[in-house]
Amino acid sequence: MARKISFKQAINEALDLEMRRDPSVIVLGEDTAGGAGAAGERDAWGGPLGVTKGLYPKHGDRVMDTPLSESAYIGAAIGAAACGMRPVAELMFLDFMGVCFDQILNQAAKFKYMFGGKATTPVVIRAMVGAGFRAAAQHSQMLTPIFTHVPGLKVVCPSNAYDAKGLLIQSIRDDDPVIFCEHKNLYNLETEVPAESYAIPFAEAYVAREGKDVTIVGYGLMVHRALEAANKLAKNGIEAEVIDLRTLSPIDLDTVIESVESTGRLVAVDEANPRCSIAADIVASVTEKAFGALKAAPQMVTAPHTPVPFSPVLEDLYIPSADAIVGAVSKTRKPAMAA
Amino acid sequence: MSNNPFPLAKADLLRAYRTMRTIRAFEERLHVEFATGEIPGFVHLYAGEEACATGIMMHLTDVDRVASTHRGHGHCIAKGVDVHEMMAEIFGKATGACRGKGGSMHIADLSKGMMGANGILGAGAPLACGAGIAAKFRRNGGVGITFFGDGAANQGTVLESMNLAAIWDLPVVFVVENNGYAESTAVGYATAVDNFADRAAGFGVPGVTVDGTDLFAVYEAAGEMIKRARAGGGPSLLECKMIRFFGHFEGDAQTYKAPDENERNRATRDCIKLFAQRVTQAGVVSAAELSVVDREAESLIDEAVSSAKAAPLPTARDLLTDVYVAYRTARESEDNGPENQFQAGDQ
Amino acid sequence: MAEERIKPIVMPKWGLSMREGKITAWLKPLGSRVAVGDAILEVETDKIASAVEAGSAGTLRRIIGQPDAIYPVKALIGVLAEDDVADADVDAFVSGYTTPAAEMDDEEAGPGYQFTETPAGPLRFAKRGEGGEVVVLVHGFGGDLDNWLFNIDALATEATVYALDLPGHGQSSKSVAEPSLKGLSRALIDFMDKLSITDAHLVGHSMGGAVVARATLDAPQRVKSLTLISSAGLGQDINRGYVEGFVTSTSRRDLKPVLEQLFDDPSLVNRQFVEDVLKYKRLDGVQQALSTLSAALFPNGQQADVLAGELANAGKPALVIWGANDRVIPAKHAGALGEAAKAEVIKEAGHMVQMEKAGKVNDLVLAHIRS
Repeated sequence: MARKISFKQAINEALDLEMRRDPSVIVLGEDTAGGAGAAGERDAWGGPLGVTKGLYPKHGDRVMDTPLSESAYIGAAIGAAACGMRPVAELMFLDFMGVCFDQILNQAAKFKYMFGGKATTPVVIRAMVGAGFRAAAQHSQMLTPIFTHVPGLKVVCPSNAYDAKGLLIQSIRDDDPVIFCEHKNLYNLETEVPAESYAIPFAEAYVAREGKDVTIVGYGLMVHRALEAANKLAKNGIEAEVIDLRTLSPIDLDTVIESVESTGRLVAVDEANPRCSIAADIVASVTEKAFGALKAAPQMVTAPHTPVPFSPVLEDLYIPSADAIVGAVSKTRKPAMAA
Repeated sequence: MSNNPFPLAKADLLRAYRTMRTIRAFEERLHVEFATGEIPGFVHLYAGEEACATGIMMHLTDVDRVASTHRGHGHCIAKGVDVHEMMAEIFGKATGACRGKGGSMHIADLSKGMMGANGILGAGAPLACGAGIAAKFRRNGGVGITFFGDGAANQGTVLESMNLAAIWDLPVVFVVENNGYAESTAVGYATAVDNFADRAAGFGVPGVTVDGTDLFAVYEAAGEMIKRARAGGGPSLLECKMIRFFGHFEGDAQTYKAPDENERNRATRDCIKLFAQRVTQAGVVSAAELSVVDREAESLIDEAVSSAKAAPLPTARDLLTDVYVAYRTARESEDNGPENQFQAGDQ
Repeated sequence: MAEERIKPIVMPKWGLSMREGKITAWLKPLGSRVAVGDAILEVETDKIASAVEAGSAGTLRRIIGQPDAIYPVKALIGVLAEDDVADADVDAFVSGYTTPAAEMDDEEAGPGYQFTETPAGPLRFAKRGEGGEVVVLVHGFGGDLDNWLFNIDALATEATVYALDLPGHGQSSKSVAEPSLKGLSRALIDFMDKLSITDAHLVGHSMGGAVVARATLDAPQRVKSLTLISSAGLGQDINRGYVEGFVTSTSRRDLKPVLEQLFDDPSLVNRQFVEDVLKYKRLDGVQQALSTLSAALFPNGQQADVLAGELANAGKPALVIWGANDRVIPAKHAGALGEAAKAEVIKEAGHMVQMEKAGKVNDLVLAHIRS
């Protein structure tokens, strides 16, 4: 049965379904249920934005509220994974990676390789990413490039509820460490989602919109900005193809290249800062592999090289807009199209 | 034949001696081999510390887990990791415990519960908590042991982990291998308290300090803590005060030590000599029986070194394997672009 | 009088959930002559793209719907009329036309999809129409009740029509307790039991045809007539590459060329169509269901159960319909029942003939039911 549910409900459902199916799945995080040891309601929060609410009453001690000790509990999740459990640990904001990055970078990502293939670390680390919440510099970053860079990690960033559920189920079933990025600004976005369990494979980009004139590639919130831009472009007779990467590591470059071979024009959109961004990565790879297909220089639309500002007027300038994407498309069409 | 006053039966005494002797022979030999320049990278030798690893591991089985340190050879040998595989790993050979891809600091064997030597100090503490969590959910009575030095004891991860283990009653024993030096810095300088065990109470965890050169002291203190953990009594902190005979790493000039410090320690604080004296003086084991073990340990290490030297190196293909269990790229690429480097997996 | 000679071309309603459609192209120029059954324009919905066939003959007098524009179901998008009808009358017709409100239509029709518990698990179905005759539509391998998108409403004008999702398919239970023709046939009969359908005209497509054939042999008293469309069970041949491709493909890139084999016109396989099949295939249990079913029904690239002989002697009124360009099961199987069935092979149609030539198929089935 398909019905419309929100992105955050889809995450909740994925966790619930997998916990029911597999007793080795446990959930850990700060205030994942909430109210631990307090006099009032247990499961008071369900995470800071209620994403995990309702799991504790159903699954009891498999939902573990942790102290403020990221390196300890993220590391414990990783250690438990190396011992055969399937932990899903929540790093509340991916911005907090600083206090536990060693466990992710030097432990989880390295075990399989360093131990000659003899370790398996099926851990999922869920974290909120992205700007637009007015949460300012330390709670709004898009740090996907940092994790994408690390061999041994997988990085997933869905743009909608259907993908969120299927990709989280896939992440939990996957035997490698997965960083599962949830854009906080997409939590309330509703899509049709089957009630049943399903898994979406990694490295399978989704063509959100077909078009012959330009290829726009993005992930997360930027897919929606790209679709907005595509609608604006369509009014001027320009048909954009919009590709939702869904997973950044592994990445489906083939779909992007196939599209560029048809359109000849590429715009990569990324909410991350510009240096070493996913946009830069895509542009470099596509240029290297499909140079002959390009009719114009590929364009990157990213956030500026600044921290995320607080004041709403500034934050709204920080996040790449549909107009900025339209502008980038124009650059791929000069002098044929007026700016 | 005298009565046995020790907490271990004779066979176990010999087993303990064999373990310590094997570790010593392994480390001493590495010291020699390293000086020839044939061993790549860094090695950190455990010689002098054998009683600690041995006394603790005697209580463990394959269901238990150990998170080790950069100075991990002793832990590995005591936990039962194959000595030949260890030596080959240190020489960077394909037959090594980690297929030559980890080296001395990352030797692991999950089948024996060895979660790995670790190049990041203090990183093992959370991992051992994870092992404790797994053991609790599985109800298999397993424990997680995390070793760290006097230096790493000051890492935030270790302190966080102690609190975490305490609030969740995890079956974890935190073992501080206090050998007096964090690289070149003395413990008295870097740590505000005199005994690490004093910190334990601050975390709501029982803590004990023992002479780490006394196998029996380690064995008994560890035994109690492990038993308590298995029974659901939660974590403990065991501080073992001990000596490392060599430098922090091989190549360390050790000028931070007093000029005759190593010599004095070998003469008066050698845990293996002390053990041998006690068990032979009590008449439970004869010097001849110990000599047999000495020779067997030496010849085992000899064999391990020769087979390591003769073993094949990893190939170029090994560079790219085992990054992931499976890493799907959308389609096979004909060229050698980055996608091919992603073709990881058990190929 | 003049109004009766003016025929509106409206946005069609394909299936239960369609609310609107986008015109992609007109296939006939303004002023051209149109015969019944001619494809006059192409429409794309969120489920499928297809051609709209003319329900009447006439000259295309007005093109109102614009390409790339979206119109609600039943909106006026063109006008057919005889040449001698005055322009003023046509204009009056156009300005006087109002699109029937969608809501009323839905309330009359009742709920879209429903679920019912059967021994095979929960099964989804759709029910349309109120006629005395009962028709049950059974889809094929990997399909679902939406395969009858272009047929269910037309048939519902004269009968009570049920279309179900077989076990392992659509939104029905994904565990297939008995992955065999007998098992599926049993599930069909149990479904009919649950809904108190004493007997019915069974219409089956592809594997669904074989299911319907099996049910006819196993429970003849429940079957008033049978219609076999591009049906399995009439011969050994089957496109092994198609079946294996369908079972093993997990990506859009792999699946699209497989699905294109279903149609005479591969351009009907649009992005949404492929995506819907992928979404189905990802559901837990589907891979297992499809693998075990294909192993049981189509082992070694051949059909395991050939029921033509028994069926020919079953004594039930039988209609066989095929697309001449069927690349999955060859059209020559249409003659397998010989004199015992009326066989129609339709040109310019592939395996999904009930979609590609819906008008013709609907007419044939209705005629079969009436007789």
